[in-house]
Amino acid sequence: MRIVRSWLEEFADLRRWSDDELAVAITSLGLSVEATEMVGTPVDGVVVAKVLRTERHADAAKVHRVWVDAGDGVERHVWCGAFNMQVGDLVPLATLGTKMPDGRDILKRGILGIDSEGMLCSGAELGVASDASGILILPANAKLGRNVFEALGMQRDIVFDLDVTRNRPDCTGHLGVARDVAAHFGVKFTPPKGGGAKPGSARKVAVKIVDEQACARFNVTVMSGIVVGDSPDYLARRIIAAGMRPINNAVDASNLVMLETNQPNHAYDATKVASGFRIRLAMAGERLVTLDGVDRALDSADLLICDGNDRAIGIAGIMGGQDTEISGSTTEIALETAWFAPDGIRLTSQRLALRTEASARFERGVDPHGVAHSVARFAAILRESCPKLVVHAGASDPKTKHLPKSATISLRVAQVNRVLGTALNVRQVSTLLTRIGFVCAPKKIAVKKGSLVADGAGLSVKVPSWRPDCTDEIDLVEEVARHVGYDSLGKQVSQSTQPGGLSPLQQRRRALRDVVLSFGASEAMPNPFLAPGDHERAGVGAGVGVGGPVLTLENPLVAEESVLRHSLRPGMLRAVAFNVAHRAAHISLFELGHVYPAHHGVDANVPHNLPDEHEQLCIMMVGADAATAINWWSQITAVFGVGAQVDQNRVPAGYHATRSATLARGKQVVGYVGELDRLVLAAHGIEERVACLEVNASVLLGETPKVPVAKPVSRFPSSDFDLAFAAPTRITAAVLQRALRQAAGALGEEVSLFDVFRKTTGDDTRSLAFAVRLRASDRTLTETEVASTRAACIAAGVKLGCTLRGS
Amino acid sequence: MSSESNVDSIGQALAAATAAVATAGDADSLRRIANEYSGKQSALVAIKSSLGAMTDVEARKVAGRAVNAALQTLDAVVAERLVALERAAAGHAAASEAMDLTEHLARRSRGHAHIVTQAWERLEDVFVGMGFKVAEGPEVETDFNNFTALNMPPNHPARSNFDTLFVKYGEPGSTLLRTHTSPVQIRVMQEWDLPIYAVMPGRVFRRDTPDATHMPVFHQIEGLVVDKGITFAHLAGTIEAFTKAFFGSEFTSRLRPSYFPFTEPSAEFDVRSANGKWVELGGCGMVHPNVLQAGGIDPEVYTGFAFGFGIDRMAKERHEVADLRDMYANDLRFVRQF
Repeated sequence: MRIVRSWLEEFADLRRWSDDELAVAITSLGLSVEATEMVGTPVDGVVVAKVLRTERHADAAKVHRVWVDAGDGVERHVWCGAFNMQVGDLVPLATLGTKMPDGRDILKRGILGIDSEGMLCSGAELGVASDASGILILPANAKLGRNVFEALGMQRDIVFDLDVTRNRPDCTGHLGVARDVAAHFGVKFTPPKGGGAKPGSARKVAVKIVDEQACARFNVTVMSGIVVGDSPDYLARRIIAAGMRPINNAVDASNLVMLETNQPNHAYDATKVASGFRIRLAMAGERLVTLDGVDRALDSADLLICDGNDRAIGIAGIMGGQDTEISGSTTEIALETAWFAPDGIRLTSQRLALRTEASARFERGVDPHGVAHSVARFAAILRESCPKLVVHAGASDPKTKHLPKSATISLRVAQVNRVLGTALNVRQVSTLLTRIGFVCAPKKIAVKKGSLVADGAGLSVKVPSWRPDCTDEIDLVEEVARHVGYDSLGKQVSQSTQPGGLSPLQQRRRALRDVVLSFGASEAMPNPFLAPGDHERAGVGAGVGVGGPVLTLENPLVAEESVLRHSLRPGMLRAVAFNVAHRAAHISLFELGHVYPAHHGVDANVPHNLPDEHEQLCIMMVGADAATAINWWSQITAVFGVGAQVDQNRVPAGYHATRSATLARGKQVVGYVGELDRLVLAAHGIEERVACLEVNASVLLGETPKVPVAKPVSRFPSSDFDLAFAAPTRITAAVLQRALRQAAGALGEEVSLFDVFRKTTGDDTRSLAFAVRLRASDRTLTETEVASTRAACIAAGVKLGCTLRGS
Repeated sequence: MSSESNVDSIGQALAAATAAVATAGDADSLRRIANEYSGKQSALVAIKSSLGAMTDVEARKVAGRAVNAALQTLDAVVAERLVALERAAAGHAAASEAMDLTEHLARRSRGHAHIVTQAWERLEDVFVGMGFKVAEGPEVETDFNNFTALNMPPNHPARSNFDTLFVKYGEPGSTLLRTHTSPVQIRVMQEWDLPIYAVMPGRVFRRDTPDATHMPVFHQIEGLVVDKGITFAHLAGTIEAFTKAFFGSEFTSRLRPSYFPFTEPSAEFDVRSANGKWVELGGCGMVHPNVLQAGGIDPEVYTGFAFGFGIDRMAKERHEVADLRDMYANDLRFVRQF
């Protein structure tokens, strides 16, 4: 909202405060000043000159020659395309070398070989008036040679560009801003007077509100004695400064009323709407060509203004139709000033993608009781250019029961103080609210049972009709806070009465990330939205915890981002592929993020039931094999004390058939480990091996690890021996190791695999060598004990089908 | 023999022994030489054995002291030489296994955490230090928690400020990707014991076309305090304490009125550095009584405040990232800078 300083000053005396002070004050009231702009800046070199004589040139039809005197006694000759000046008139002369507001330089230019020594200017060219059709004729008393801006008494002006929040419809008009600012500075607020126009005979236009909810008030006032023309220059300048365009005096008056009071209105040529008005919802298939020339298809939720014959002539509160506009010959107007339900205007405006100055105001809520004032202001403004204006009596002004009524709110001063930390009394609160139009009366308010607000001293506060945002006590507390000033409310650190800290899960998440970073993997954050087919391309089958179909978005930005991931793999593959394509070295990435598997085992139709979202970890390293991946897992389990069965018989979808495993805990799948399938990698343009680990991080982080209980360290020596078995491929190292550990029994301190040897050709066995360390806590083991344990271990291996090597 | 001649011969033997020790090239030859000059067959020991024959007791004592001193000196010389020889041998061994450590500087090492994660954790740490716990919630949320409970019932105009992405799940429009972390406030109020001092970092979603300053997926952190006797001054004080703790003591904060449906009074908060420029950081306010009620808390007994701002922007400004999209391209050339 562009707020013009001089306009504000019509309603409050703000001369004492500089532009900066004013901007700071307006911002401190919650009307954020986004920019401050200077307008009406004088143009150097444009001076008052007198027309001495004019002369047509036989060969120039569109221009004539004008000789002027700029007070320095030098007669200057200029070519001029406008013919509206008389000899003796005073006109603005842009002398040679002047830089015009539009950036043009005034240079000596010739027509038909005769030079022009400057340029005569229109009001529009100087930015001081709306008229561009002729040269600006200056007041006869202007001093020759004086700068035109000084001669006109032009003043520089300031425009504050405000970001008005949705709850302050009153501040999309100068009046509302002025009221707030005046209260802030404690100066008198003087709203403008309306009227002054001649009252006329009764002229009633029939109005029928069909949809009483969408349109709760519709005033039509007829005015005559209108001569359509330009607005007075100062009003035109105001419209320009406020960011609109002057059209003619009647349309300008309409806009000026809106920019002042926030009440949009619409002036029709009265002869074209003589049949009356009907306000109703659009019918299916109905269309209307709006003022902007667009033929619009309407919806049955759109509110229409129709004439008495039910012909649509405008979309209510948004934009009028083309054929009832005021023309140059209009002498009588029917002025519509209405209240439309904000939601309806907002929805239609959104649906049609048509946001206008009017719709923006109606959808925030205009003053339901400001109609009379707004009509009077229209008349007062239009009368400046139409002295014979007549306002006819007998205006139609139907109101429905849906017209909002002003609320009366009980305000407990103790509640104000409890929320704001202030020590205000009833009188102080009353003063603050009264200044901005609230009507306050002292009131003893009943104390609610159990409430900490134990003092009932307060006010009965009648909310002004232009503040539809104030409906509850807390809204009034905010008004008090704004006018006390947020800065005056103090800063006090709230002392938490609780110990702060991360939850065990959050601490474990940080530890997990730390461990993964130590693997050399860097953190990626791929887009969680996927294209249809991305999961399949990444080889993700029925993923970790996935039962049903994927979740999709109702309203994706693009189809390529319409699927919610139930696996991190597609996004990670894309990130890896990107870096492969850019020939990055040592590509290793990880993501720790949420996945959203579609429901499984829950009824999606039960309200407030949410999908099975959980946190997932995915690590990938290019050029690394499955050994690397399983090593990540073993390090993670070491840190987190959470194990899982590494089941190579369950090949995860999208993984290498013989170099992968499912991580399972009983029936629960907690992750996948190994190398990714070559075809999956090829589909992403990756030729090297990729080691990958995917783990359900929610499971991993959700476990509370057992606190280890200290065991005393044995003071007795260990007995060590190595056993190398030729083990068939079907016997995994883990199975053999577990068998040896069991065989070693209570004496077995450690059984560790230290060597694997495969013959390059031939049989399907490989050598697995284990180091076995035995120890007792209370004695040195005897040779007999060691020998029998060793024999038990060998027997265990043999029982699995392995043979002891080198024996 | 006179005592003088004895002393002379002791000096000569020691001199010869010392000279021989100096020629030893390794520990073995040193041992041999030491044996030769201080062993049973050595001149010094021979002199020592001959002393018994001396009749002059005084002279015998003088000669005895001299020969013992010579033998001690010789031991010391040998020991010194041995140390020197070992040192030289170690030096040779080291020279033969020299390593260029800089060859190994460029080895792959630790990965790099995402700058959003780094900012996220720094923010958490500051608030934990101020006595806050950290709360979390799901990213796919109910319309109720995301809007209705936050004083934005269906058709509330402020809903249009959030370009919401809806998920096809359950009743149309009932499930969405949370547009802010505020629904976690509702969960915390419903589930936690009072009083509440919590921050809620998390990922949020808007239906926004990506550009240099907007991403459809980004991160926020919110704070929520609900206790008896919490006032607006506590809000301002907490924001100020955070500002100084996170940005530095030369920074200060201010609140100015604004509008959010879930807080009242509402404010924007700005921070100002020593250079005097105010920068808008986030929104805050006193928790609206309707929101407390939706969280199952009696607004007549408890008051509270909430605040929130973007984590991505913290990372972006700290590292002077020109375009937010770079933070989400997962390009290792970018990631490895931090």
